[in-house]
Amino acid sequence: MLNMKNVSKIYRTDTVETHALREFSLTVEEGEFVSVTGPSGSGKTTFLNIAGLLEDLSDGTYELDGRDISKLNDKERSRVRNEKIGFIFQSFNLIPELNIFDNVDVPLRYRGFNAAERKRRIEQSIEMVGLGSRMQHLPAQLSGGQQQRVAIARALAGEPRFLLADEPTGNLDSQMADSVLDLLAEINAAGTTIIMVTHELGLADRARRNIFVRDGQVSDNAPELHLASMAAG
Amino acid sequence: MFRYYLKLGTLSIRANPMLSALMVAAIAVGIGACMTIFTVRHVMSGNPIESKNDQLYHVQVDNWNPDDPYDEPDGAPVQVTYVDAKALFDAGRAFRQTTSFKTSRVVQPDGEDARPYQEDARATTADFFPMFEVPFLYGAAWDRSSDETQDHVVVLSRELNEKLYGGEDSVGRTLMLNDAAYRVSGVLDTWNPVPKYYDVNNNPFEAPAQLFLPFSLAIASGFDNNGNTSCWKPIEEGSGREGFLASECIWIQMWVELQNASAKQDYMDFLNAYVEEQKLLGRFPRPLNNHLRTPEEWMKYNEVVDEDVDVLLGLAILFLVVCLLNTIGLLLAKAMRRAKDTSLRRALGASRAELFKQHVIEAGMIGVAGGALGVVMTWFGLRGIENIFIEYEFIQHLVRMDWSMVALAVVLAIASALGAALYPTWRTCNITPASHLRLQ
Ligand SMILES: Nc1ncnc2c1ncn2[C@@H]1O[C@H](COP(=O)(O)OP(=O)(O)OP(=O)(O)O)[C@@H](O)[C@H]1O
Ligand SMILES: [Mg+2]
Repeated sequence: MLNMKNVSKIYRTDTVETHALREFSLTVEEGEFVSVTGPSGSGKTTFLNIAGLLEDLSDGTYELDGRDISKLNDKERSRVRNEKIGFIFQSFNLIPELNIFDNVDVPLRYRGFNAAERKRRIEQSIEMVGLGSRMQHLPAQLSGGQQQRVAIARALAGEPRFLLADEPTGNLDSQMADSVLDLLAEINAAGTTIIMVTHELGLADRARRNIFVRDGQVSDNAPELHLASMAAG
Repeated sequence: MFRYYLKLGTLSIRANPMLSALMVAAIAVGIGACMTIFTVRHVMSGNPIESKNDQLYHVQVDNWNPDDPYDEPDGAPVQVTYVDAKALFDAGRAFRQTTSFKTSRVVQPDGEDARPYQEDARATTADFFPMFEVPFLYGAAWDRSSDETQDHVVVLSRELNEKLYGGEDSVGRTLMLNDAAYRVSGVLDTWNPVPKYYDVNNNPFEAPAQLFLPFSLAIASGFDNNGNTSCWKPIEEGSGREGFLASECIWIQMWVELQNASAKQDYMDFLNAYVEEQKLLGRFPRPLNNHLRTPEEWMKYNEVVDEDVDVLLGLAILFLVVCLLNTIGLLLAKAMRRAKDTSLRRALGASRAELFKQHVIEAGMIGVAGGALGVVMTWFGLRGIENIFIEYEFIQHLVRMDWSMVALAVVLAIASALGAALYPTWRTCNITPASHLRLQ
């Protein structure tokens, strides 16, 4: 479903050019659970942002479900983000003024569902992450693990086919991290494709496939882990 | 989505109470300043007799000094002499015609120890009332015949009738004015045209007269003129009242009602013929220079709205612009604060267009609040003007704010807020979705 060929991303400031990704190529099939590891600054987040249409690429091609992303306008990209992709961030990124219910509601509003449909989906996804009794709470009234569950509920409410997670457990203790991973595995078992960036090798191991990124490229020499399978050439 | 954005707007305003309050205040102060001056200008430039504007005409004939025009370069005098007023009135060539001047009478209220006092009066003719659509509460104007017979009849203002007779129907009662007995023929309903278009030579913003008396009687009884008098030729010495009436001094306002364009043309021809005839008698030494002006033209000609008011309005608008620049700054600060919220919404699927709508609606809410507070500010502004000019009675009539002004204030405030929001919103909508979500 995801197909990147020779993608590069250059950040330019007045004085420096940073090649965050160079000749980055990767194919991910429908239903996979892929973990991405690599040293700090190697380009993992950049890859996820491009995969999630949050950033433009500088060079190369990116096809999602067979559609060339660079040909989409803002409205179409927003629509793809909204309908096909769910995001989970390391820092949760909940909106502090909105309660749990309304936070999960945000992507559904842009989707244009009616009120009944939204309510059904919100309640269902909040129940799924085990926070059914907390719908009226504000994010600040929840623990970190609970906040990340809300973020997962928000990502899932729209039933995306593609879940992108950037260090989803980075701010959680290991016990909570495990339960979040259990949740992701469950979601993946139900058919959702997942790409998860992590620097904890133990967690990466739970994915069905691991990719190691170094210097903005997919590297063949994944230390200590099973070999990253390079798809497209 | 509209209601959703209203909710988001409310939340955002509540989350930034200080910034929001400053923005509302900036808009309100700017709107208040603009609307205060604008209201004053609006009232000053109104035409209270708009419905008959194409039928009423102020009469000007140029009897002035051959070597020195009344108004450079060739303006005709703004009032007429008694000689011309009488001749033109007696000719009766218009559908209706009226001559009038400002005077005063001493009123002697009923009752033993009631003290007499002076009231503003207008000496005029019977046609004055129907011409200017003056509303009557009781009775009616005097008959046209009284314009010739010098009857002692009087029409009272509603205010004076309340003062003298407690608001009762006083038609037929006798009122003592300067020791002469007058029969009350009618009582006006509230009538307060601003500006006082029928006599702009004498302060167009003063309150209208309390008493109306026949012109012929006023002339015959030698009532003083309390309005402006201008002369270019010395009055024959020792000729007294007769000499003044026969002089080239101007002091009377003359209006005619002409029902259509051909009637107007006919009357103009008549005026020209009249002046040509007078020229043969040695009067009217200047070239033909007669004018018939509608109330609107007349007020414009006399610059009823002072240029200073326009300057003030310009300053007020400038002030509003400064307030809006301030608002733009505040909005930018607010946009910075919420960049993270914005980029998150982008990530979750909001298109630029949706974000634009969200922020425009929020700006609109600030605008509505600014407009509402602006109306209050305007009210205070007008009270302030009233207090500054407390000694000028006319100001009291100026400082009314009607619903159209309130609506205008709110619309202007919303437009201002939206205008101010354009640039900050554009900036917001162009935030790259990922830019504020990287936090490692
Ligand atoms: N907005 C930006 N402007 C300039 N340079 C950037 C920007 N974002 C990222 N970079 C640079 O791009 C490179 C890749 O960054 P990226 O965030 O993708 O790394 P990462 O693999 O996610 O690292 P980490 O494990 O620390 O999160 C880094 O050198 C970083 O400094
Ligand atoms: Mg990263």
